[in-house]
Amino acid sequence: MMRALTWHGAKDVRVDTVDDPEIINPRDAIIKITSTAICGSDLHLYDGVIPGVKPGDVLGHEFMGEVVETGSGSSLKKGQRVVVPFTIACGGCFHCKTLQYSACENSNPAEKQDMSSTLYGQPMSGLFGYSHLTGGYSGGQAEYVRVPFSDVGPIVVPDHLEDDKVLFLSDILPTGWMAAENADIQPDDTVAVWGCGPVGLFAIQSALIMGATSVIAIDHYPHRLELARKLGADVINFRESDVREALMEMSGGIGVDAVLDAVGMEAHGFAIDNMLDVVKQKVGVGADRGGVLKQALLAVRFGGKVSIPGVYGGLSDKFPTGALMEKGLQVRSGQTHVQKYTKDLLAKIEDGTLDTTFLISHRLPLEDAARGYKCFKEEQDSWTKVVLKPGMEH
Amino acid sequence: MHHRTGRGPGALAVGFGLALGGLVIGSVLSAKTRKGRSSDDAPGRTARRSFGKYEVVGRTVTIRKPRAELFAFWRDFSNLAQFMENLEHVDVTDARAGRATWRIKAPAGQTLDVETEIVREEDRKLIAWRSVDGSQINTEGRVTFEDAPGERGTRVTLIIAYDAPGGALGKAIAKAFQREPGVQARHDLKRFKMLMETGEIATSARRKDQTRAAQQENA
Repeated sequence: MMRALTWHGAKDVRVDTVDDPEIINPRDAIIKITSTAICGSDLHLYDGVIPGVKPGDVLGHEFMGEVVETGSGSSLKKGQRVVVPFTIACGGCFHCKTLQYSACENSNPAEKQDMSSTLYGQPMSGLFGYSHLTGGYSGGQAEYVRVPFSDVGPIVVPDHLEDDKVLFLSDILPTGWMAAENADIQPDDTVAVWGCGPVGLFAIQSALIMGATSVIAIDHYPHRLELARKLGADVINFRESDVREALMEMSGGIGVDAVLDAVGMEAHGFAIDNMLDVVKQKVGVGADRGGVLKQALLAVRFGGKVSIPGVYGGLSDKFPTGALMEKGLQVRSGQTHVQKYTKDLLAKIEDGTLDTTFLISHRLPLEDAARGYKCFKEEQDSWTKVVLKPGMEH
Repeated sequence: MHHRTGRGPGALAVGFGLALGGLVIGSVLSAKTRKGRSSDDAPGRTARRSFGKYEVVGRTVTIRKPRAELFAFWRDFSNLAQFMENLEHVDVTDARAGRATWRIKAPAGQTLDVETEIVREEDRKLIAWRSVDGSQINTEGRVTFEDAPGERGTRVTLIIAYDAPGGALGKAIAKAFQREPGVQARHDLKRFKMLMETGEIATSARRKDQTRAAQQENA
């Protein structure tokens, strides 16, 4: 038996004692978790706006630890320290072979593929700890986790890099990096990033490394805006300034070259359609609150680039299809192809190009995970990133 | 457009149709080319019409493996139980002639044996089988293997038609099969793809006794 953070309903997560995992398939490995983070997208599960989560499900998709057991087909060795991508990928299907790992065709169990097939036309791949839409895999906010296809996903990290430096290779660092890459940034570009959560902050850092002339960060939490400013971004507080007007002025009157929506389905805002969408989410209609994406589509210049790392799950009303067509935009989106980026990003952490620890605000024992969720949700200004440590003393 | 073997009535279809007295797979294949029907390029099994008393399911998956390898695996029917969930096991009684006995799981822990024979075979392309006369279930099946574009491997199409027997057992079987006629075939083909591409079948269980296979055995 082991301790694990489990979902019981909206705003109800608990650390319970559950069965510990064992090797089932040859390519599996069992990892003893040393560090695991709460992701912004975990808050969508916490808020109950993602379908297909069942009571007792173990959450958590950002984690790392020590290999303690391996199947006959695993390439890992006991005792190795590994970071595990949140996207489960087989490495052998068409999508994996073309480095589109988050579209792996084989990681979501056959009998779990129907719901996402109905929603999206084809099934999603398997993800750790992120509802039965993505396989119903037990996540890493636990003492142990079973990792399928362990010969493809986990990246072995050197001992001299402590957990906090490399943990975010599991999701948010590659997600921020791919978000910037999806914006196809050119040297003279002005880039606007909505949301200064961890993904937004890493996207800002990545956009600047990729050569953007200026990055404009949009949020309403002063502390988060301050973190963005420290990275080199100009900032807009949407409670103090009119975002669209400001972006027009700051881009010399032509609109920004690239926009990144690092907020997703639960955007804050007072627009009337947003308020209606809040009501629909509350009554379970599953409408995405797309305030940021709508605003971004108007702020981007004609012929500009739209990158969507923020999570959406369903449908959206009053979507500006006219702007989307008339402006001749490039739109790129998707869950992150983590396995494609881990090696290069590990090298960038090692040589100091990327700073990954600045956004960690809290380190808690796993036993305090429920409090971590509550505070990360309710005190977003100061709780920027929570890392849970199963071995840590209370 | 090299992947057209799913259309047009063939000798196989006629033979099957006669055997079952119902032109089942034949009518699936030719649904779009009969008089008065639109003649688009969609596979017949996607037609917006029914096939009478027979349940017909057809599905295609693309598997990143050579045709020869997939064909060889399928041709040994004893392999099928590895990914077909409703099968307990298949005994190959005559490998050359392609005779086999399929032990099918039925509700309430019962099983049902169906004896089949291969009625048409084209190396690395097609295997078709049907139940022999006197079987408790009339069934026929056809799997085809075609090269997918470029490096994408093989397109595998499975069409199965069956007609459940009368009586209490028949009703129970029909219920089990017909609950979601297309679902089982789709899941089975996905599992075949997983097994061929990854060497294993994905499960999100934490422990062995929580996998679907284990739970079905204990049910």
